[in-house]
Amino acid sequence: MNQLSITNLRVSIADQEIIRGLSLAVPKGEIHAIMGPNGSGKSTLAKVLAGHPDYKVTAGEVLMDGEDILALAPDERARKGLFLAFQYPSEIPGVTIANFLRAAVQARLPEGEELEATDYYAKLYEKMDLLEMDRSFTSRSVNEGFSGGEKKRNEILQLAMLEPKYAVLDETDSGLDIDALKVVANGVNSLRGPNLGILLITHYQRLLDYIIPDRVHVMIQGRIVRSGGKELALELEEKGYEGYEAAVKDEVGEPAMA
Amino acid sequence: MVKEVSPLEIERNVGNFAYPETHTHDAGVGLTEKTIHYISDIKEDPDWVRQFRLNAYKTFMSKPMPTHWASKDLEAIVFDNIRYYLSAGTQPKRNWEDVPDDVKRTFERLGIPEQERKFLAGVEAQFDSEAVYSNIKKAVGEQGVIFVGSAEGLKNHPEIFRKWFGKVIPTGDNKFSALNSAVFSGGSFIYVPPGVKVKHPLQAYFRINAENFGQFERTLIICDEGSELTYMEGCTAPKFNTATLHSAVVELVALKGAKLQYITVQNWSANVFNLVTKRGIAYEDAEVKWIDCNIGSRLTMKYPGVIMKGRRARGEVLSIALAGDGQHQDTGAKMVHAADETTSNIISKSISIGKGRATYRGLVHIPKHLKNCKNNTECDALLINSTSRTDTYPAITVRGTGNSVQHEASVSQVSAEQIFYMQQRGLTEAQAMSLSVNGFVNDLVRQFPMEYSVELKRLIELEMEGSVG
Repeated sequence: MNQLSITNLRVSIADQEIIRGLSLAVPKGEIHAIMGPNGSGKSTLAKVLAGHPDYKVTAGEVLMDGEDILALAPDERARKGLFLAFQYPSEIPGVTIANFLRAAVQARLPEGEELEATDYYAKLYEKMDLLEMDRSFTSRSVNEGFSGGEKKRNEILQLAMLEPKYAVLDETDSGLDIDALKVVANGVNSLRGPNLGILLITHYQRLLDYIIPDRVHVMIQGRIVRSGGKELALELEEKGYEGYEAAVKDEVGEPAMA
Repeated sequence: MVKEVSPLEIERNVGNFAYPETHTHDAGVGLTEKTIHYISDIKEDPDWVRQFRLNAYKTFMSKPMPTHWASKDLEAIVFDNIRYYLSAGTQPKRNWEDVPDDVKRTFERLGIPEQERKFLAGVEAQFDSEAVYSNIKKAVGEQGVIFVGSAEGLKNHPEIFRKWFGKVIPTGDNKFSALNSAVFSGGSFIYVPPGVKVKHPLQAYFRINAENFGQFERTLIICDEGSELTYMEGCTAPKFNTATLHSAVVELVALKGAKLQYITVQNWSANVFNLVTKRGIAYEDAEVKWIDCNIGSRLTMKYPGVIMKGRRARGEVLSIALAGDGQHQDTGAKMVHAADETTSNIISKSISIGKGRATYRGLVHIPKHLKNCKNNTECDALLINSTSRTDTYPAITVRGTGNSVQHEASVSQVSAEQIFYMQQRGLTEAQAMSLSVNGFVNDLVRQFPMEYSVELKRLIELEMEGSVG
């Protein structure tokens, strides 16, 4: 069961159902993209997978390598190997990236085991070189005063350092100019491999020019309405989501939240 | 990496133990003139000290509780239920081996002798009313530095002691300085001769072991011209169900060109009323700096102050207050400019957790006739929960031309999104919160000596662990 599998997931916030029976499986080693218009529930899905306390799962299950993670606290899910690259990462004033990441790496070690500083920094600098980041970056406070591009690169740096089994990238391309987008895409591509499954959430096809997905899923009004190969992204780019939205409306009616 | 070992580990739980009392001197419960005489007799006070105490007792009795501006919680102190003097003798030991076993065990559990060996120039350890151990490294003593208890100071060095004692903080400054002046016992007397720069810190450790007890140490430090000193104090007490009172008076004098830094890391248990008066005088080109970390206690009221009496004198207060659930940290600073070109700096950071409350009171006074004085005040509060509370009461009077003040205040809250973000990286809720809090105080803690910043970080972690359900 080497996959992140979501089955018939239903999620509400303040009694409004946002995810409405979503099923999806991301096998380890593959990159799956979820595309969909604004308000389709993409970011909600990302947060629910990570365990955000504001959302209520009313039905369905999420298994990570066969283990149900929905009952776990956000930090337990993270330590078991789930990573979320946030669309809007939080600022942590006064805490440097180096210290923050060190605490995060330390949190993954067995109790009583102390992280070796030299090993840690060697790895940190290696990953930073990969992402073309200046060394001085790590002495800045986490996301404080960062540009959009710096925030996203910081997310990818953390992804690289924490080596999760599954990563959800929520709109990692938003707010990036083309050069920053290429750097981030290169970073993600370099992490691609048999030990990592990636769920790439994006609004635009643009990112998929640089990170070629194994599968593309179309998400409309809280459900996956179509899945296909990478060519599906191009088709969406051309035709847009309107056809799908109309079809979903016919099928399930207006969503409760609209 | 080598695990960072704090030489000043005084974590909350480590401090929470008590040995049975073995006091031979006990002034009993309650405060009357008889109590004062008892203390004076035991301590063999000179007449002027006995008279000083008796006068202070009258002042104390005549002063109302300051509840018209301060917390009504002060009314919970029942002066008649408190024991004002407890000791097993008045002579501190110079050799650690001579300290009685149970007391030795107490301080060993708190890591004091180990720290002395590692990085201190001298140590005094006070157990309830009296110092049980006092020692200064030979090399430091040979430079002419005096480091003794207050009783020994007033007896053996009256020419320096009397000149300054009660001059920085007069008896009638407030009700609790009067109380301290009446029943004071223990604390340090330090004199650093002209030009002597004491390389390593001197440390005092104040330990309350007995229940229903009041600790009233009295510290007087004089840095003569061009000298330098760092003094550190640590405090703990076991958790009792009844109120314990700690009411110290600390007077600092920095003569021309001297630099005096006074560092406190207080970690009282949640039953302690900590009502302390601390003030320094800085003469020409001198500097008095207070680093004040208040963690624990039921109610702390403490506003370290500097009177800048000579040209170009500098005063500084860097303070951190952590108000845990049910605790009230009422802290701040007083900067009194009394000469031209004097500068003062106040940086205060407070953290309120649960129903904890942090109050900042700041007084900055620059009178009209002075020129080119500067004050900078920064006062930041962090609220952890929606039930946490913070208040700021700045009182700034700046007159005249060419004087400048800058006041910045902020209140921020650890947001749920921030905690979620950190949890998503694998940190527990408590770890996430303590990281936020450490980040909040980070720029200030960086200015502390290393030993203290490591210790403080640990204390914050412990406090946050306890505050998350």
